[in-house]
Amino acid sequence: MSTEVAETPAKPAPPEKKDSFLGLFLKNLWSANTFTVTFLSIFLALVIGAVLIVISDSEVLSKFSYFTARPGDALTASWDLISAAYADLFKGAIFDPASFQAWFDGTGTWQAAFGPISETLTYATPLVFTGLSVAIAFRGGLFNIGGQGQAVIGCLLGGVAGFAFSLPPGIHLIVALLFGAIGGGLWGFLPGLLKARTGAHEVITTIMLNYTAALLLSWLIEQKGVHDPKRSDAISKAIHSSAELPALPSPLRVHLGIVLAVLVTAGVAWLINRSSFGFELRAVGVNPPAAKTAGMSVAKTYTLLMVVAGGLAGLGGAVQVLGTADKLTDQVAGTIGFDGLLVALLGRNKPWGTLLAAILYGALRAGGNLMQVDIGISLELVTVLQALIVIFIAAPALVKAIFQLRAARSARLGTSLAKGW
Amino acid sequence: MANDHIDITVEPGEVHALLGENGAGKSTLMNQLYGLLQPDEGEILVDGEAKVFRSPRDAIAAGIGMVHQHFMLVPVFTVAENIALGAEDVRGGPLGILDRRRKRREVLETSQRYGLPVDPDALVENLPVGAQQRVEIVKALTRDVDLLILDEPTAVLTPQETDELLAVMRGLAETGKSIVFITHKLREVKAIADRITVIRRGRTVGTASPDTSEEELATLMVGRDVSLEVSKTPAEPGREVLKVSGLVVDDDRGVRVVDGVDLTVRAGEVLGIAGVQGNGQTELVEAIMGLRGVRAGSMEIDNESLAGMGTKKILSSGVGYIPEDRSLDGVVKEFSVAENLVLDMYDRPPFGNAFKLNPKAINDSARERVEQFDIRTSSAEHAVSTLSGGNQQKVVVAREMSRPLRLMIASQPTRGVDVGSIEFIHNQIIHERDNGTAVLVVSSELDEVVGLADRIAVMYRGRILATVSPDMPREEIGLLMAGVTAGIAEEEAAE
Repeated sequence: MSTEVAETPAKPAPPEKKDSFLGLFLKNLWSANTFTVTFLSIFLALVIGAVLIVISDSEVLSKFSYFTARPGDALTASWDLISAAYADLFKGAIFDPASFQAWFDGTGTWQAAFGPISETLTYATPLVFTGLSVAIAFRGGLFNIGGQGQAVIGCLLGGVAGFAFSLPPGIHLIVALLFGAIGGGLWGFLPGLLKARTGAHEVITTIMLNYTAALLLSWLIEQKGVHDPKRSDAISKAIHSSAELPALPSPLRVHLGIVLAVLVTAGVAWLINRSSFGFELRAVGVNPPAAKTAGMSVAKTYTLLMVVAGGLAGLGGAVQVLGTADKLTDQVAGTIGFDGLLVALLGRNKPWGTLLAAILYGALRAGGNLMQVDIGISLELVTVLQALIVIFIAAPALVKAIFQLRAARSARLGTSLAKGW
Repeated sequence: MANDHIDITVEPGEVHALLGENGAGKSTLMNQLYGLLQPDEGEILVDGEAKVFRSPRDAIAAGIGMVHQHFMLVPVFTVAENIALGAEDVRGGPLGILDRRRKRREVLETSQRYGLPVDPDALVENLPVGAQQRVEIVKALTRDVDLLILDEPTAVLTPQETDELLAVMRGLAETGKSIVFITHKLREVKAIADRITVIRRGRTVGTASPDTSEEELATLMVGRDVSLEVSKTPAEPGREVLKVSGLVVDDDRGVRVVDGVDLTVRAGEVLGIAGVQGNGQTELVEAIMGLRGVRAGSMEIDNESLAGMGTKKILSSGVGYIPEDRSLDGVVKEFSVAENLVLDMYDRPPFGNAFKLNPKAINDSARERVEQFDIRTSSAEHAVSTLSGGNQQKVVVAREMSRPLRLMIASQPTRGVDVGSIEFIHNQIIHERDNGTAVLVVSSELDEVVGLADRIAVMYRGRILATVSPDMPREEIGLLMAGVTAGIAEEEAAE
């Protein structure tokens, strides 16, 4: 019995009429299911973000000093600022009506019209892989904090394979992607094996391997044969065009990686739900003793699972190098591994949910860029928004309490995987 | 709703038995009396005065004490320290020193007054279960309670300890204390209770006197006629299927818990292992199933050694296994009924292979078995956690018995299972035996072992003390369970 139930008025229930389809739909929408909570979390984050936008703008804030005399000034200024900011977020991430208008008039190009979507998908692509890496590991009861290190190794091996070999186009790409996946897989295999054999906690070992991977990359870039001799800074040779992921014409940056990401998502969904290995990892994930009693090998499942998770993150790193970066630098992987943790959480550790969450993250990032350029709101605000969304998702009880949601009708929908975090 | 308008009155000096199946609402009712849960409606009167209990503190203040099924004791504290816990005597203000001596004296006085021998200086972890229970009772008595609630107190006791407890309860009642005795064991109710209230599905369905027959009480409890006896024909033992010799097993802490066990189970017979929980039965079964390492000795099925065979291979070679801890080892609660029904067969045709599952075969077979084993669920797609304990156990039984078996190992097959399901599960086990399977049943309920087994091996401190016939008097088997061998059926013990 939860407090929400107790808060509903105790008057006798009116005779239940037969719910129309729409009525039932709305009722279910307003119950505390995963979808509603996620949507409301995003909404709440935007509301708090709006307050932060106003507070961080000294000009608007100064109008609040004479709020009692002329409240209209402060409110109008706040509204203008917030609406401009969120309009930019939308225009930068999805589409800008003005550039579509220009394209139809002949004054602009179609590339400009599709630019925002392209940016969103470009940022989202590596996050799909790292998010899936965290999600599948979590379904098997493992916290893969090592997505970052695995992605870095994926960048490293994918990049080196991209400029060290000379192979025909297509084949070269496939080889480079495989190198990235295998590298990440190896980086996942180590903590998996340690967990299975010695019980070493994967959180500790994967965090340590994150540092190791980052330092290995810094060192490798400086080495002869990897470092670009024409440059004085720490940067590698450029990968050959035969190993690049095909992209749309410049200035659009979106590349074949997003298609690969969708295919891999489908693959992971199949693996979790329909394969024997998926059955094992789900059983081991929620009840290792029962899995062991039923004859499954918990140690083998852990090891294999970490190889798969590492391989996914490594593939994400390789896609980043071969699709967007084209050279290795210290920062080539950015924070895609860590963002993958949040993406998986937002996607409730479900493959398709993770894909959508990665696209949302990409959209916030792409829109944030425009917001910063256009009206000077710091890109950090986007980070704050992302963090707020995650906080609300991680505390579904908070969202339910704020919106007085009914308890979910179906127990299958309600239980949040976020509890384990 | 766990309780639906229940009325119950307890008189001073009375032993009042609260009888009901698992999940009938007995514990919910008593948790309200003890202040752990608040009733939505209705009131509690103590000596005619309405009381509201917000916490156990309020209940204790009103003179109500409770001994929980799982003891609330700190193992590394002494008896006196445990009893002081929550009611510490302090000298010199709130930051003063604990008055250990006074508490010690108080414990001694209470234990003498009510005839409950406890040593105030013993560490609780070194005490046997029966003594720990006495500590709990003394703890309640030192708080000056008038009403003592005992929640399933006999579940963890040997038959002798049970008899001692019943005597203590009688003694307490004679000093004017009231006792509420929660149980589902009919024999004990008849032995001790002055009045019996039967609860079914959150409602009081009747008040009975101890003269009521066990059959009538069971019918009240379950709501239909049940047969308490397991009906079976004499066994026709065949070849030796399972042969264990000189088995030595250590537990997780490295303590020797199985110390040279020899046993054989023949095709078409049930070998029951009787014993109080914690005498090595768990580890013995885990060793046979390949779940636990073996120190010495050998295990064979049809003359094939089990050494080094993984659990998966043992299961697929025709062994069925019902683990003793259903919710930990038996089912994956988050999984659907259908998935749980193939938990150890998901990678075998027709349910799947090494790579992929066959959802259609899994679901079709699940529907069939839900029907066949009378698993009460509206759909095989529902998570097992939505089922009652008895139905969860039927899922395990259905899974293990729906493939051809050579050996069936059932550990505590009816623990936490309602009377109606017990009957069904027992019949399934006997049915399996009649099909020529060798069956090993491990249970700490003596009634269950006696009812099912064709031969009974009594296990005590890691050894088989004797193998006896189920016709042996219960008292003698009970003594064996307590480790007393002297003078009992010498010829059988020497076997």
